[in-house]
Amino acid sequence: MNKLLQIVSSRRTWAWPYILFMAMFVVLPLILVGVYAFTDIEGHFTLRNFAKFFTHSEAIQTFLYSLMIAVFNTAICLLIGYPAAYIMAQEDFRTPKVMAMLFILPMWINFLLRTVATVELFNMCGLPLGEGALLFGLCYDYLPFMIYPIYNTLQKMDNSLVEAAQDLGASKWQSFWKVIVPLSMPGVYSGIVMVFMPTVSTFAIAELLTHNNIKLFGSLIQDYITTTDLLNYGAVLSLVLLIIIGLTSFFGDDDSAGGEKGGLV
Amino acid sequence: MAKDQFIIEVNHVSKQFEDGKFALNDVSLQVKKGEFVTILGPSGCGKTTLLRCIAGFQVASSGEILLKGEDVTKTPPYKRPVNTVFQKYALFPHLNVFNNVAFGLKLKKEDPEVIKKKVRRALKMANMTGYEERKVDTLSGGQQQRVAIARAIVNEPEVLLLDEPLSALDLKMRHDMQIELKELHEKLGITFIYVTHDQEEALTLSDRVVVMNEGNIKQIGTPTDIYNEPQNCFVADFIGESNILSGTMIRDKRVEFCGQEFDCIDTGFGENNPVDVVIRPEDIYLWKVQGDKVQGDKGPDAASQADLDEEDRVPKGKFTKWYGEVQSCIFKGVHYEMRVLTADGYEFLIQDYHEYLPGTQVGMLVRPEDIQIMKKEHYIYNYFEGEVLKNGKVWFLDAEWEVEEKQLEGFEAGDKVQVRVKFRDIDLQDYEEEGTLSGEVHFILYKGNHYHLTIRTDEGHDLYVNTNDVWDDGDRVGIVIKPKAIKIDRYE
Repeated sequence: MNKLLQIVSSRRTWAWPYILFMAMFVVLPLILVGVYAFTDIEGHFTLRNFAKFFTHSEAIQTFLYSLMIAVFNTAICLLIGYPAAYIMAQEDFRTPKVMAMLFILPMWINFLLRTVATVELFNMCGLPLGEGALLFGLCYDYLPFMIYPIYNTLQKMDNSLVEAAQDLGASKWQSFWKVIVPLSMPGVYSGIVMVFMPTVSTFAIAELLTHNNIKLFGSLIQDYITTTDLLNYGAVLSLVLLIIIGLTSFFGDDDSAGGEKGGLV
Repeated sequence: MAKDQFIIEVNHVSKQFEDGKFALNDVSLQVKKGEFVTILGPSGCGKTTLLRCIAGFQVASSGEILLKGEDVTKTPPYKRPVNTVFQKYALFPHLNVFNNVAFGLKLKKEDPEVIKKKVRRALKMANMTGYEERKVDTLSGGQQQRVAIARAIVNEPEVLLLDEPLSALDLKMRHDMQIELKELHEKLGITFIYVTHDQEEALTLSDRVVVMNEGNIKQIGTPTDIYNEPQNCFVADFIGESNILSGTMIRDKRVEFCGQEFDCIDTGFGENNPVDVVIRPEDIYLWKVQGDKVQGDKGPDAASQADLDEEDRVPKGKFTKWYGEVQSCIFKGVHYEMRVLTADGYEFLIQDYHEYLPGTQVGMLVRPEDIQIMKKEHYIYNYFEGEVLKNGKVWFLDAEWEVEEKQLEGFEAGDKVQVRVKFRDIDLQDYEEEGTLSGEVHFILYKGNHYHLTIRTDEGHDLYVNTNDVWDDGDRVGIVIKPKAIKIDRYE
């Protein structure tokens, strides 16, 4: 009886459901992606799929194009998101909660619905769908992920640091660039990672907002994976994407200088 | 030309916050070049606001601040020749020690070699040589404080502002840093303005102390002035321990309190005027007496010379003596602290190197020069503006009060009157609902045989209450004034 109690109350016991879940839905799929990437349709080991990717100019072009869209989207989100977060974090800003609410409100609705609505909005205003609409939609979807981590770091920042900078002779502008910006970098890194990674692999938004005219890397993978005899090639593309995303997250991790973490990642 | 001798002049500065409360109320202060001035007061007294107005982080609502004769009231902080050491150091966590200290110099675009030299010298001044490359979050509290000081003095400011710089350090460290700060002040020769709530720190460090409370300056003086000659009850109570008693100034150099007359050295308080008397606990001499002396005997020389001879350290001469019984005795390290109760019910706090156990009958004596006389700020009565109402009641303190009919003879409804209530006649209730008004105990003064309280009503009026009941600061009370306690006078 005592032994049973010990087992029930041990942390190790409670970890098991999670370990099982992770194994089933995170580790196993990753292994499967790896296995499919290195095998042909009959299950024999091969590197032909990789060779195909590096000679397949359309895939590489789509890949580069997706990266570029992601970089643009991240940059736009940063340009819009940083000032918004900064304004909300100001001490004399009276309604930060309301503003935060307004930014987060669209996220209550599924992003597909929102994208469909965006399409309708563009149609209603007579604006053409395409690259511009795609960037608008991406930005609309991912902006909150940029604002939040930055707002978090800015809000936690000790105001006396800014006062200290001004006391030492820094104008408002100088204290912003020399103190506020460097100290908010952890938040910025988090924001960049949280916007960049999902944008690279996005596909539904691109399909809807460009009438399937512009193909992103995510769409490409989806196409191949759903086509039975090209599943292995799709796995290679997924693996390439995974590696690239993995690399960008290292870029965010490398900031021991910033001290405090951004909060979301 | 006389103006030039002051490096800082604060003229009638008030600071009102958005909720209408005054953080500073018509504060004026002049600081000489090279002076070490401490602004001392309890939390919320406005001392930090005053410092922030001088630094430029807050703008005064009215009044002006001059730096070297130049009006800087609205000048932004980065254009003022002052530097601040912040309470929580405010070091930049993304920079190492060197770059923290060099921050101000780099903004001025000074030559890198010059910067290096100056930073090294500042760090040496702050005893932090060799820490240049360290990250600030790997330093201890005391070390961070030193870096903060180095960062401020490296810019060679005319005035160094220090906002409770030692409050986050432990006691031992604080004492060491106090000595270092004092030395630093002598070495640099610049003006220090130092904010603290620690009276010991203020007395140790400063040339002059500014005591503040509730946005007002209560007294400005040298540490010895502030301690030995407090000008009002707040200062006497806030700085050190003290016995504060109500008394009467009979004539110049003669004062009456706790039922006896004493010689003193103060003059200029008029004749038979009410005063407050302050005696520091270490200024009362104690000696042991036979039990029967305590009852009845009063007046000079009541103690036999034999009693006094046993105690060499008690001054001989025609001093007024009085007697009591030791109630409690606590060892405080250097001295013993005793509470002595007289037959008339006055309690004295006394510090002595000798131990007198509870129950011991003792004689007490104080030298005339150790009796400090203060003008009474208010006396016996509270005065309020009032108005007679149609229903035979009187309106004051934003409430209706019943009064005795004879008080209202000759008055008509609508008449403006002066209302008088004795301090003694105000009753305080434990439960706010039981009072006509409710309020909060705002300030407590022990007057030897009773407590003198300042009660602030919820409407913001102050009233004074004398009571024997024990209340705590911040207690909520109901205020009751009986009809017969209310006196109505015509305005003259």
